[in-house]
Amino acid sequence: MTIDARGPRFSATLTVIVLAIALVTSSVWVIAFQALVFAIGALRGPQFTPYAFIFKKVVKPRLKSTPTTEDVRPPQFAQAVGLVFALTALIGSATGSGVLFTVAVSFALAAAFLNSAFNYCLGCQMYLLLVRATTK
Amino acid sequence: MNSFIPLFIVLIAATAFGLWFTRTRGEFRRKKTVNGPKLSPAAIGTELGSRATMVQFSSAFCTPCRATKAILEDMVKTLPDVRYSHIDAESHLELVRQLNILSTPTTLFLNRDGVEVGRAMGTPKRSQVTHALSAIH
Repeated sequence: MTIDARGPRFSATLTVIVLAIALVTSSVWVIAFQALVFAIGALRGPQFTPYAFIFKKVVKPRLKSTPTTEDVRPPQFAQAVGLVFALTALIGSATGSGVLFTVAVSFALAAAFLNSAFNYCLGCQMYLLLVRATTK
Repeated sequence: MNSFIPLFIVLIAATAFGLWFTRTRGEFRRKKTVNGPKLSPAAIGTELGSRATMVQFSSAFCTPCRATKAILEDMVKTLPDVRYSHIDAESHLELVRQLNILSTPTTLFLNRDGVEVGRAMGTPKRSQVTHALSAIH
């Protein structure tokens, strides 16, 4: 199925803000919240996250650009990648490893920032490499 | 204690990478030596062009791949000595591995013998395609 391509980019911008706060404050609650958002996006679909809801209700009606559609699977995969980073950060927090927490949040933030600012999709770039690595 | 240092490092590094990435999309990267395997029509699904062949690797749901296909298909219409072939990466993994395709879209530029002269990753501008093809005689 296809979705409005501007939605995931808006969500990425909100994700950047939340992850930046998590990184600066080292708050486990903030990263847990973001992990939950990633989980909804990865398991249900990126169009069902709270960020997507804000996009649909508040941002989209005000946009003047023409909507472009994209397949839902790359953004959904990107949410799964984000979830892995966020869960790793939570493990770091639970085990008292500040380094693991910081590194994991940093990677998630870098990916979200690249998507938001440069329309770079880390999931898309990784996808073929993963297929190559996991297929005979 | 709040520390902004990791945040600054991430944003600066990501910005540098993002700028590099954006700037290199569609860029024709010529091989230093043209000594790769000869790709046969059977391997790529079409006859070779009399001067050059463009072989685009795509993934099923990759939006830039569609844009690339549209541009290249349109350009070959006015280039009788150039052919275009479109390959789904996931169903041609042996070729993907042989040619070390890392992401989609990747467009290979072959000479008349079916040997790769160079490649471009990401959606190219028409001027970049013209520049790439001018390198093949």
